[in-house]
Amino acid sequence: MSVQPEAIVIGASAGAVEALSVVLTALPASFRLPVIVVVHVPPDRRSVMAELFQAKCVLPVQEAEDKQPIVGGTIYFAPPDYHLLIEVDRCLSLSSDEPVLFSRPSIDVLFESAADAYGPTMIAIVLTGANHDGAAGLRAVVDAGGRGLVQDPETAFAAAMPEAAIQMCPSARVMSLEAIAQYLKEV
Amino acid sequence: MTEVTVPEKIEDIEIRLLLEALFLKYHYDFRNYAMASIKRRLKQARQQLGFATFSALQESLLHDPALLPRLLRYLTVQVSEMFRDPGYFKAMREKVVPHLRTYPSLKVWIAGCSTGEELYSLVILFREEGLEDRTIFYATDINHEALQAAEAGIFALDRVALFTENHRKSGGKSSLSDYYQAAYGRVSFDKSLRRNVVFSDHSLVTDAVFAEMHLISCRNVMIYFDSGLQDHALGLFKDSLVRKGFLGLGSKENLRFSRHANAFTDFVREEKIYQRRAE
Repeated sequence: MSVQPEAIVIGASAGAVEALSVVLTALPASFRLPVIVVVHVPPDRRSVMAELFQAKCVLPVQEAEDKQPIVGGTIYFAPPDYHLLIEVDRCLSLSSDEPVLFSRPSIDVLFESAADAYGPTMIAIVLTGANHDGAAGLRAVVDAGGRGLVQDPETAFAAAMPEAAIQMCPSARVMSLEAIAQYLKEV
Repeated sequence: MTEVTVPEKIEDIEIRLLLEALFLKYHYDFRNYAMASIKRRLKQARQQLGFATFSALQESLLHDPALLPRLLRYLTVQVSEMFRDPGYFKAMREKVVPHLRTYPSLKVWIAGCSTGEELYSLVILFREEGLEDRTIFYATDINHEALQAAEAGIFALDRVALFTENHRKSGGKSSLSDYYQAAYGRVSFDKSLRRNVVFSDHSLVTDAVFAEMHLISCRNVMIYFDSGLQDHALGLFKDSLVRKGFLGLGSKENLRFSRHANAFTDFVREEKIYQRRAE
């Protein structure tokens, strides 16, 4: 018997905008889970992701603020130059701790905290990217009983990140972007 | 649907006991820090200090005070930049300074100053604006080693290009190189910048109101606190500020979720600079 998911976390790097455009724009207004996203962006303080996707998505899109309670049916983006974490009481928190694998925000940091906060009621997704961030985090989610999805490296703009995730987490489902979008609509 | 009670993980129990031990023995209180971040830092500390479990770390910590500063390095030290978020310092210069000018003497509190980047940024800004001589700066932190580093004012040379660029973007009226000397891969900031600075150990968790401040700058410190502790610290800031005094926070921090939100008004909303209400 599978548990009803309560939240979705997504990590993406090189090629993120195109990949996320397929997945996030597919989510209908009735979608009830929160979607929390880390994209590797340069730390130049300008936050463009939330604005960009607000214009494309039906669901409300926000840049995460510290200690903000997580609300279902909302898409949250990590702000540039901060790690984004999920607390056990289901609020978002930020940190200025050092970059992990040269990244701040780090996908691993988000996923590992998500695994702690949600355990088996979590879906974590690793999309296109040119580094190894997200692999350890995906493993933590799956070890906690959550579900791991990875974009098929064949279809990814940059294959390294999904490949690393699959290697560290062989039980993750490997899917095309369209299939991931469909999967989310059906959870 | 039945509510599933998830038993607390052993590791989480151990972390709580470790934080309790740290408080009972050494009076450092991290018990109400936001758990997700502190857990990450503690895991790193446990691994690098060479302990198999948090319980083992706890036992050593209780019996060996020499372990304390090593652990605190993981828990508290924050690397920042001078003039980080130049827009914040620009707003201080253009919007806050004109108000501060109206006071014959000023007190400024840099709360959680860590190794001093924010402190030196403000002192330089105040010097450029001709306010330094009438100001006392209180630079506080719970980490004594970080305070000593702040007092020494020495930074790695390879960070200075970024500091210089930030300073310029913040509307700096002088050259940053006027304030330091470079040698052996490091820069040393001029001691005259410290003549009006008081360095002090102070905890936002366990210590009391500081003094009648005109400006408190506390950036990216409270993001490590849970909501209850954030409220506590904001209450401390409210009580430490003069009426119409200013509070500056980090660019992604805000008062919206706090019960003290009504004690402040937005002063420069996009830079997270608030003003204490008059009443």
